[in-house]
Amino acid sequence: MRSLGDFDVAEEAVQDSLVAALEHWPRDGIPANPGAWLMTTARRKGIDRLRRETRYREKVAQLEETPMATSSMPDERLELIFTCCHPALAREAQLALTLRSVAGLTTAEIARAFLQSESTIAQRLVRAKRKIVAAKIPFRVPEGHELPDRVNEVLAVLYLMFNEGYLATGARGAMDRDLAAEAEWLTSLLARLMPDEPEVLGLLALMRFNLARADARLDSDGELVLLRDQDRAKWDRRKIDETFLLVGRFLRMRSPGVYQLQAIIAGAHADAKSWETTRWPEILRSYDSLITYGDTPVVRLNRAIALWHVDGPAAALADVDALSSELSGYHLFHATRAELLRALGRTADARAADERALELTENPAERALLARRLAGRSR
Amino acid sequence: MPRYMLTFISQDDWWEKQSEESLKKAYAPLMSWWDELVKNGVVKSGEQLAPQRTATTVRRVNGSMKVTDGPFIESKESVGGYAIIDVPDLDKAIAVAKSWPGGDVEVRPVVEH
Repeated sequence: MRSLGDFDVAEEAVQDSLVAALEHWPRDGIPANPGAWLMTTARRKGIDRLRRETRYREKVAQLEETPMATSSMPDERLELIFTCCHPALAREAQLALTLRSVAGLTTAEIARAFLQSESTIAQRLVRAKRKIVAAKIPFRVPEGHELPDRVNEVLAVLYLMFNEGYLATGARGAMDRDLAAEAEWLTSLLARLMPDEPEVLGLLALMRFNLARADARLDSDGELVLLRDQDRAKWDRRKIDETFLLVGRFLRMRSPGVYQLQAIIAGAHADAKSWETTRWPEILRSYDSLITYGDTPVVRLNRAIALWHVDGPAAALADVDALSSELSGYHLFHATRAELLRALGRTADARAADERALELTENPAERALLARRLAGRSR
Repeated sequence: MPRYMLTFISQDDWWEKQSEESLKKAYAPLMSWWDELVKNGVVKSGEQLAPQRTATTVRRVNGSMKVTDGPFIESKESVGGYAIIDVPDLDKAIAVAKSWPGGDVEVRPVVEH
């Protein structure tokens, strides 16, 4: 049990707590550049003050070693989440800080998850904390009128974390499930703390539908299996059914949003006995709604796949080709084109598109999938 | 309470093109913003700056000083003015920045010595 003595932190926060540091640094005016400040202070106010401040910094350094995850303060966890995901911090900093302070990952674990060096992550964390102090990012849950934007910011961080884990780009491997599991845990925590936020439930449902399919995503050789080829018997039906309860909850709130729509799409897939019997028109309609929230090339690309199954490959290919200037560097654009071209019997063009997709993807399992396709195997 | 500097970014081109009439209309909301925030003690000081073409920069080059025409960084957007505000934290500073009826605003903490 650490004692913080004369530093006057809140009694509950004594244990660990970046929480306490975040709460008290702004109030006590600890500046961005403690070194320079300390020298000025020593000059002006004498050595005693310098000694006290050094001790404070030591204490704070100690506090940083223990993450929030072991704390029994649900209230403060919401403040912590919103502070870690403050828009004044860069996305990478938000991610690292949330993983460290809320999920309790060590710097080494975060580094492994993102394939970066420990010192890079450590520096990123230090800089983020310095910015919190220097700019006085407050330790609070945003007020009503600020909430929508701030909740979206948190959800964007969690969604990125999930995607990094669920389909990692780079040399790591097809799925780093730990990171995806962390994201799901954090989102579920957020849903407990904010049970009336429909978009939080939407993101949670989206993650859970995806995770329910995890066992079917790799075959016995550890190779990636596309959704349409997955053995649906391996899907976690219980998890899927439970997640539909979540969908019911957010639908009743009648406040649609992008994560809820994506959850509905994932649910339509999870509910289908097969690729062919999937309720494609419903998925297409969901994409149409998604586009009204944000018309991006990737959403349009995904919509085209639904369109394929409603109106045929030619209509879908026309829509996909319209995106070529924006998505020419995106491997899934070319992979999608390849599938449509194949469906239209244009095998040579399909092959060229697959080759382009292979050039552009870094994920080893996706590379293996595309390489197999080019080699002539159907899966 | 901590202080922040709000730096107001301005498109010089746009301002220079406006007619007398249009300028008056553009200034009105900025002036009332200013009046209100000074009145409620949020804005402590601040100024509008003359366009960047009126700037002169003194550079230290190889131990000597060189005086050149123009701002420190030449760009289509420039610093149009600033305000020093006194608010409890960054969220309040951001709220003030969002309320500025003009364009982009940089929010930066003032170092207290």
